[in-house]
Formats: sequence, structure tokens, C-alpha cells
Amino acid sequence: MSIRTPSRSIFRPTQAVDQGVLDDHKKLIETIDRRKLLKGSISLGALTMLTGCSVTDQSAVQAALQAVSTFNDKVQGLLFRPDHLVPTYTEADVVKPPRFNAYYDVEEVEPVDVSGWKLELLGSITEKASWIADQIHELPEQELIIRHICVEGWDYIGQWSGVNFRHFLERVGADLTAKYVAFRCADGYSGSIDMATALHPQTILATKYAREPITDPFGFPLRLRTATKLGFKNPKWITSIEVTNRYPGGYWEDRGFNWHSGI
Amino acid sequence: MARREVIQPADHRSQRLHPLPLRIMHWVNALAIVLMIGSGWKIYNDEVLFGWLHFPDWITIGGRAQGALQWHFMAMWILMSNGLCYLAYGLLTGRFKRKLFPIRVREVTANVRDALRFRLSHDDITHYNAVQKLLYAGIIAVIFAQVISGLAVWKPMQFSELTSLFSLFHASSFQGARIAHFFGMSAIVIFLVIHVTLALLVPRTFGAMVTGGPVDDESSDAAAQPETRPV
Repeated sequence: MSIRTPSRSIFRPTQAVDQGVLDDHKKLIETIDRRKLLKGSISLGALTMLTGCSVTDQSAVQAALQAVSTFNDKVQGLLFRPDHLVPTYTEADVVKPPRFNAYYDVEEVEPVDVSGWKLELLGSITEKASWIADQIHELPEQELIIRHICVEGWDYIGQWSGVNFRHFLERVGADLTAKYVAFRCADGYSGSIDMATALHPQTILATKYAREPITDPFGFPLRLRTATKLGFKNPKWITSIEVTNRYPGGYWEDRGFNWHSGI
Repeated sequence: MARREVIQPADHRSQRLHPLPLRIMHWVNALAIVLMIGSGWKIYNDEVLFGWLHFPDWITIGGRAQGALQWHFMAMWILMSNGLCYLAYGLLTGRFKRKLFPIRVREVTANVRDALRFRLSHDDITHYNAVQKLLYAGIIAVIFAQVISGLAVWKPMQFSELTSLFSLFHASSFQGARIAHFFGMSAIVIFLVIHVTLALLVPRTFGAMVTGGPVDDESSDAAAQPETRPV
């Protein structure tokens, strides 16, 4: 939810290469001095190879980076303070409306029709009956005025309210010793968080922003707001919640962003 | 080898200007710093602090944002673990005390004056002049501060007490930490430009960081009296 769709490489040809062109210039290509090219590649200039895809595309490097990222998930789990409350702010600090971000532009948001919407519960949960919006609104409400931080580097203070997530998980009989809580969303987005974060006192299933129902671009009728994770770890337009011990991944996590992404 | 035999003193405690562990740590640090800066520039580009500053993609590391983040959070382990080894080495062997201190303002200004007149002597590269001492001690402090501001950017909630200190630079302490992290990077880049330029101007110093350099008469405790040396 927090990252722009990466733009295509400017070096990527818009059309496939015409084989005839290659044949026409065969002579020229053969005159390029291979020795010079090799020599150049062993120079300091080789360092710049790190900038492009030439090194990062290599699967061994990718695998090593991914292994470190997984190691960093564990480190972040250890650094996490389950009872530490993050700074909160006053209503005067709240930015209205909140800042939008998704893997597509705000104009492309498809509003969720609440009359047909329901929240499905899956996995290690004893009471798996689906919830409709009115039932969720009857639950006790908690308000958080907290800082939202995006992996891109921007931040703003938002005012969110909804049911405390730990309270909700206890109410539906979720296995609180499970490792992960996974979310699926109406727009095809998915995400997952660790149980410790799900149980943090400042993690809620939000239905309101600035005391009004959340508007369409920001996740109506239901989204996650956790004070201790980057923005993209807060799925919008949630349609299902699963409690599981099997690593669920997520939209951005499957595309190389760090899974834990705790802040 | 012959030259080495001539100048090798009998004192077994004496050693090269840059002992092997130090050379290894120097080059590991150089690699980590380059990775941190190159990937950091890519991460910065996703949400610039200054509208006029956007790093061209070809000098950044990691390809896309997620790649840059992976490189940054991999290289941080190299930088931190190597840095801790270096600090421990410098403190335990007394190298910091011998080589980098004391730094006297009068000597620094005299060195700068001499350098501008091209009169600064480089005959003995085992003895750091006051400007070198200032730069080397300074870069250690800057990198240390850079790790601290980096932790504040990475974990503004888990380390909220630390991050709140950066509200000095911005109403949002998180942005304050980003700003501090940016200027820390800038200081390191300026140091790198000076450091690499001077190392290339006096190539012996560059070679010394590869081979170990000349025998260092300051390395033995008996000779470690920089106060009595002429500057």
C-alpha cells in the first residue's frame, strides 16, 4: 500500500529487436575490441555494475540478500517491545485527508460496496462465522492518533478508530500462539504480520478516520492500523483474516520488501 | 625485502604502519561504506528531502527501491560489526591514543597554512599531521553518529526515545532523523573526496594501506611520545 509501482527500466526496448538489424551490423559488432571491454570491466567502473541489474539479477546475490532480509525479520522480532507504547498526538496534529498510497493510483480505487461486503475468518480461529460491517461497528472502539511512516520515507499523523485487534482476535477465539496473521483485500492486495504486532495495544481494525467513516481510497469499510509497522503493512479494504503458522508473505513482501518492516 | 631488513629495528614490538588486521578492517569498511551510500541514495530518491536533489540512478546501488533497501540492510551488518571490531582494536591496542591524539587547534591551523603553500611535509607517513588526526578522528565520530541516526530512522517507534532527540531538526522527529542521516552521509562523502584525493596525491599512503607500509616507530610503547615530536 505504500510503494509506487516501480517504473519500467528506461533501457528496456519497447519493441523486440529486429534480427535483420543485427545481421546488417555484424561487421561493426565484431570490431568492438573485446579485450578493451574486459579490461574496462575489471576497473573501478566495475563497481558501477552494482548499480544496475547486472549483479542484483544474479540469483546467488539475490538469495544472499533475501537470506539477510529473513535474518533481519528475526532481529526485528527480538527488538520489538510488546508493551512499549508509541508516541501519540493531539487532534490538532491530524492531517486530513490522510495520504494515499497503493500499488496503483488513487483514481483507480474501486470502492467496496458495503452491502455485499463481509469479513471472512480463516485458519486457527474457533468462531469462523463471517462478520458484516454493522456487527463490527458494535464492537468497542479505540482511537489512535499516531504517525504513519511509509517505506518511501514520508510520514503524517492520522486519527484512526476501530476495534482493538487483540480484543477482536480473543473474541473470535484465534490461536494467539500462532505465528502469523494474514490479510486478503478487495483490490487483490495481501499482507501478513507477526502475532506479537497483532497483539500490540496500538494495533486496531480501523473503521473511522478523524471520527468519520474511512473514505473509499483509505480502506472503507475495514483496514488494519498498526502503530509499529511501515504503511504497506496496513492492508486496506480487508476481506479476510487468517491466523496461521505457515508463512503467508504478501504483495510487496513477495516483491522483495522486508517482511517484518517493523518501525 | 632487503629494504625491510635494513630499517627493521630489533624491538620486537615495533610493527608496520598499518598492521594486517587494520588493513583488512579498512577495506571491509570501504566496501560497506560504498554499499551504504549507493543504496542509501536510491532509498532517498523515493522521497527526497530537497526538491533540487535527486541522485541519478546510475550511481545508485540496488536497482529498485526494494533492492536498495536489501543492500542497505545487508551492508549495515558489515559496517556495524567491522566498526565495532575497529573501535575495540583502536582502543585496546592504544592505537587511537598514539596516532590520533592529542589534536591541537594551533597545529591544525599551521598544517592548513602549510598545505595551502604546498609546504606540508609528507616525508614520514607513519606520523599523522594534525589535519589528518582531525579528519580520522572526525570520520570515526561521524560514522558512529550515522549508525545512531540510522537506528532512529529504522526503528522510530521501538527506539522512540532515541528518535525524539531528532525533533531538533524537524517537527517530525522521524524526518529529523532522516535529515541527520542525510547530513551524516554528506559529511562522509566530503571526507571520502578529500581522503581519496590526498591518498592518490601521495601514493605511498595508498600503497601502505595495501602492503602495510613502513615500520612504525610509534608502534612501540617506548616511542609513543608524540608530544615531544617536532611538528
